[in-house]
Amino acid sequence: MKPKLRVENVYKIFGDNPEQALEGLKEGKSKIEIFEATGQTVGVQDVSFDVGEGEIFVVMGLSGSGKSTLVRTLNGLIAPTYGKILIDDDDVASCSADRLRKVRREKITMVFQHFALFPHKTVADNVAYGLKIKGEGAAERRKKALAALEQVGLAAYADSFPSELSGGMQQRVGLARGLATDPQILLMDEPFGALDPLIRREMQEELLHLQKKLKKTIIFITHDLNEALLLGDKIAIMKDGEFVQVGTAQEIVDNPADEYVAAFVADIDRGRVFDAAHVAERPITVELGEKGAAEKALELMEEHNRNALYVVDKDRIAGLVTYQELAVAAREEGRTDLSEVMVTEVPTVERETPLNELYGAASAGYPIAVADKRGRLAGVIEAQAVFSQLSGDENDETAVPAEDAEARQSASEGDRP
Amino acid sequence: MISPADLVQIPLDDWVNSFVRDFLVPNFRPFFRSLQVPVTVVLGWLDAFFHWLPMLVFTAILTVIADRTAGRGVAIFTLIALVFIDMIGLWAETMTTLSMIITSVFFCAVIGIPIGIWAARSDRVLLVVRPILDIMQTIPSFVYLVPIVMLFGVGMVPGIIATIIFALPPIIRLTNLGIRNVRADLIEAAEAFGSTRSQMLWEVQFPLALRTIMAGLNQTLMLALSMVVIAALIGAGGLGLTVYTGLGRLNVGAATAGGIGIVLLAIILDRITQSLGEKKAVQTPSLWQTLRSMFGLGKPVKEEQAGKAA
Repeated sequence: MKPKLRVENVYKIFGDNPEQALEGLKEGKSKIEIFEATGQTVGVQDVSFDVGEGEIFVVMGLSGSGKSTLVRTLNGLIAPTYGKILIDDDDVASCSADRLRKVRREKITMVFQHFALFPHKTVADNVAYGLKIKGEGAAERRKKALAALEQVGLAAYADSFPSELSGGMQQRVGLARGLATDPQILLMDEPFGALDPLIRREMQEELLHLQKKLKKTIIFITHDLNEALLLGDKIAIMKDGEFVQVGTAQEIVDNPADEYVAAFVADIDRGRVFDAAHVAERPITVELGEKGAAEKALELMEEHNRNALYVVDKDRIAGLVTYQELAVAAREEGRTDLSEVMVTEVPTVERETPLNELYGAASAGYPIAVADKRGRLAGVIEAQAVFSQLSGDENDETAVPAEDAEARQSASEGDRP
Repeated sequence: MISPADLVQIPLDDWVNSFVRDFLVPNFRPFFRSLQVPVTVVLGWLDAFFHWLPMLVFTAILTVIADRTAGRGVAIFTLIALVFIDMIGLWAETMTTLSMIITSVFFCAVIGIPIGIWAARSDRVLLVVRPILDIMQTIPSFVYLVPIVMLFGVGMVPGIIATIIFALPPIIRLTNLGIRNVRADLIEAAEAFGSTRSQMLWEVQFPLALRTIMAGLNQTLMLALSMVVIAALIGAGGLGLTVYTGLGRLNVGAATAGGIGIVLLAIILDRITQSLGEKKAVQTPSLWQTLRSMFGLGKPVKEEQAGKAA
């Protein structure tokens, strides 16, 4: 699929002699060395990425990493020194001022860190700003502004002034203003950075909720890795003006590209990043009605060194048998009907369940069943696997990476009809 | 002692004399005369209006305006001050001065605000405008009274032109400052939504600079009032003339009465215009709404918008 936004080798060098700085970069000099030698400041260096339609692309970096500069090149607020920025077929970096204005009016809007609401306009007029600029009539503007405010739950405040609202509410207005013109791309420059933590969390969830409906292409800038991991379909870690690593949340946490990323990732709540599918293994099962099922189950458990096993009934999860109980029942008492000894109330989770919601189930000691949408057994999670993934200990014997990957693949195959 | 003057003497006064007398006056007098026309027209209307308006009606109107904008205290002061001016027999002179002041301030705004906007939007323009403003503010007004008399003659209108030159700088400076001081993130936001330069100006910059511009207007008004006596030197009438003739005849009483009249007028106008600027800070409705509410025509802003919505 053609990406909605394509960024090719973008550089931004502040100063009057960018060629010099570019040469320095080619020689592999650092930002500071270049500044000392030439007086040119490298804002962004050689950044390329694609963002697909409906994707949230998060750029994460500390202050001074060039992330705000980068996002401003995307809508031409800052013209890149070199490189291309393609939105559909328009190159924002080189198109005419008229064309750029048209792109801004129709395709791309922005939400700002400090809200940047116009203090002399009412909330509704703020939201309708982009529409007014496009030349829409007053009645139409009002209607669309109210609809946008409705989405963020602030329709009742349409006629208030921004100064009468709290920070969180102001940023909702900022978001509504960004959405009112129905753009395809939304740039968000640390939109929740100025909010307190509780409100920030609330806004993040609301954004994800809205995004499910709206399916905008979002470029989201943040300095908070937790926020990046929560929101991003794809995440780029930025340092000194360049991308250090680009990948999904799990890729970045699992395989940090260098020590810089690793240092960030160290403090992350891994339970929120990884989901059940990530630690699930291919299930070892026995069929409920099968002949000699009890003996087969015992053998399987011995072979794989497990203390419990799932019993399925034509793909459906029927229950769980433990080695101890089954051994007593089958080998000593001669009862071989699995349905008599199996536990039917088993811990079941979905593949997307984050690990931090598995603690309760894992502490029971039984393997956890991962069910797909139709209730079929897609995988099994050993309790130790949950905890070893959380601790980030890759060499733990229960979670050998290769096996892990295979389990993930089998889990995703399980979804196919 | 030897001094540079022994070597070279610069006849600057002769040069200026010949420039003004032999070049400017013969060639451009008709041009400068024609510049007077708009001033004459506006002054004529205002002067006729204020002299036609009965004292009590004018007092009532100004008191209500003061009450609406600056509060009850200023309103009471306005009432007493105007009655006092009438009682000391200077009503007609005060009205003449008022029409002069308003004419001057009107033209200062008409000339100054666009120049201020222009200077705010172009560093090059500011580079040219700023030294000119510095000169206008430092040069003693007596210096340009002479060429003004030579080019425009004597009378009310030349007096007003001198006043405009004297009072123009603050409105230009503060318009420029107000627009340049609009928060950068708001400019960025306006730009991000695809505003043209003129949309940016009228939707964002000008409304947000309005408070500073009003402060500039207040300064301009005060400067114009301080020119009243000097303008009387070249034939402008009103309270300035009362003071000037009092000075000439050593009539302390007349000079004092005229002076008190100017001071009272200054206080009233200052308080009213100042509160206009401050009001913008609390509420920030549009210019039109402010003007309407200033004259007590409109409903409160919120109500009006709710009405619009319905």
